Amino acid sequence: MSAIASGGAGGAVGEETLAEPTVLADEGGGGRRTRPGAGIIRAIRGNKKAMVGTILLAIFTLVAIAPQLFTSVRDPNKRAFDISLSPSVHHLLGTTSFGQDIWAQLVWGTRQSLLVAVIAGAGACLLSVVIGVSAAYLGGVADDVLSLLIDVFLVLPTFPLIIVIAAYAGSGGFMVVVAVLVVTGWSYGARQLRAQALSLRNRDFLVAARVRGERQSYIIIFEVLPTMISLITANFLGAALYAVLTAAGLQYIGLGDPSSISWGTMLHWGQSAEALQTGQQWWVIAPGLCIALLGAAFALLNYAFDEVSNPALRPVRRVRVKRRAA
Amino acid sequence: MMPGNPAEAMMSRFKGRINPEALKALEVAFGIDSQESTFRQYLDYLQNTLTGHWGISLTFFPVEVSTVVRQALPWTLALVGLTTLLAFVLGTVIGIVAGWRRGGLVDSMLPPVFVVTSALPYFWVGMLFILVFSVWTNGALPNDGGYDTALTPGWNMEFIVSVLQHALLPALTILVVSIGGWILTMRNNMVTTLAEDYVRMGRAKGLSNQRIMYDYAAHNAILPNLAGFAMSLGFVVSGSILVEFTFNYPGVGYMLLSAVSNEDFPLMQALFVMITVAVLLAVLVCDFLTLWLDPRARTQD
Repeated sequence: MSAIASGGAGGAVGEETLAEPTVLADEGGGGRRTRPGAGIIRAIRGNKKAMVGTILLAIFTLVAIAPQLFTSVRDPNKRAFDISLSPSVHHLLGTTSFGQDIWAQLVWGTRQSLLVAVIAGAGACLLSVVIGVSAAYLGGVADDVLSLLIDVFLVLPTFPLIIVIAAYAGSGGFMVVVAVLVVTGWSYGARQLRAQALSLRNRDFLVAARVRGERQSYIIIFEVLPTMISLITANFLGAALYAVLTAAGLQYIGLGDPSSISWGTMLHWGQSAEALQTGQQWWVIAPGLCIALLGAAFALLNYAFDEVSNPALRPVRRVRVKRRAA
Repeated sequence: MMPGNPAEAMMSRFKGRINPEALKALEVAFGIDSQESTFRQYLDYLQNTLTGHWGISLTFFPVEVSTVVRQALPWTLALVGLTTLLAFVLGTVIGIVAGWRRGGLVDSMLPPVFVVTSALPYFWVGMLFILVFSVWTNGALPNDGGYDTALTPGWNMEFIVSVLQHALLPALTILVVSIGGWILTMRNNMVTTLAEDYVRMGRAKGLSNQRIMYDYAAHNAILPNLAGFAMSLGFVVSGSILVEFTFNYPGVGYMLLSAVSNEDFPLMQALFVMITVAVLLAVLVCDFLTLWLDPRARTQD
């Protein structure tokens, strides 16, 4: 979804719009290496969307690292309590019709949902960097083949594919889910990065590096990649958002590990126990809300990143006027 | 798309439970001759896929897979197709307005809201709608199936009303989640396009705002959006599968999931191939539209 939000999609048109951030970075003068990091901090402080996203993400991270701080229940899947209790002091969100504490499940479920997002997001992002950048940098036949691969994965309806793969693989554990998310989630980022790398290819500083006789691998890792950090970060956020939503969807329809503790699995059991119809709304509302909030955190950060790397999109009018005057 | 023999995979799962004669019968029914080479089987499979002979569904035994698909298809096409188109058109128009009036009410309100709505899980929105409009209102709107099963399907008023009632909540769900993306892209494209010189030129010529907004800016800003539309169809398809599952809507997505839970590989594979072909066709149409709208795309790649 974030893929859509980041604007300027395919083909020649996409390459044009994508080239813009770098042009602006050039205008900014020296200090290319230090810019991205400083930019991130400045962006978070100055941008309301980034602020909200960061705070949300920080809260979820804390809960994922130390769920014991938030609930006294140690085994949230154990059927330890009376069934179908309404929310009370003892059970903040009530209990399920299996006698599990909903709040405890929610807290402990954070860990897996966040882990899937980060691992699958990082994996997909890495794959898109490798494929996208090497396609642009190698050129020729290699580029043609890799571009074709990117295009195929781009238009392939991924969710049906995931369902079919997961069904062939048998009800998937954590690693199966992560693997399919990586395989299906890298293509959009690869295309963006390829476009960006193409526009970088013949810049002076790369020509200089080549004249110096640096090795290709050195040039790609130390010259090309640092200039792409903001785009790579945006790609990671997009892939993580995709992973959160898709993993939840998979678990919801029962293709995850049904005994795992995660928000999607909670929704699966809630749906199959008809929680909505039997008055246990919290069983469904709470995990869904958490998925939505985590997804929103990634989406907000992603969108804020777009604004940082493309000043034309910033909400304040003055910025544009200033740029034109300069 | 997915080479392999679904029936064979199914056989191995059922080996312990089905007696040899039934196995033989099934093999004949599925047209599997295990003596043949894998390559030969693959060719057969390709031929069967092209001619629509997908074999027999296990979930709805002994109905042909093609019959099951034919029954499910209209539901999905009507629900998802129309809703997606509506979301695209509405979103694009709102995006044009938001981009045109930068910093205005629409522009400052909408983007943050839609960044969040486009990150919502489809199925959860659907469940909330069920809770609010169906459970809390004592079933004012139906939340299950494609039509009232007490009625017989046909072209009469009662049945059509029932179909529309059943489609309302799923349609609303898809609309709410998918519209945000279109608005945001269109707005961003508009903003970028409005900074172009030819727009300023238009202003300098003293053209009306209407003319500049639609013929100059929107016309060009929509081009990347079309490509985006083609690509994000995959997202809409995944969303609609989850929506159909949530509402037990008798479309392709719901069939796919029942096929999965029944290990009905012929049906699964047929549906997947069909969804893929549908998406590819839509992408093709978008490419032609881009060619038609964009002279630059017509001259040499």
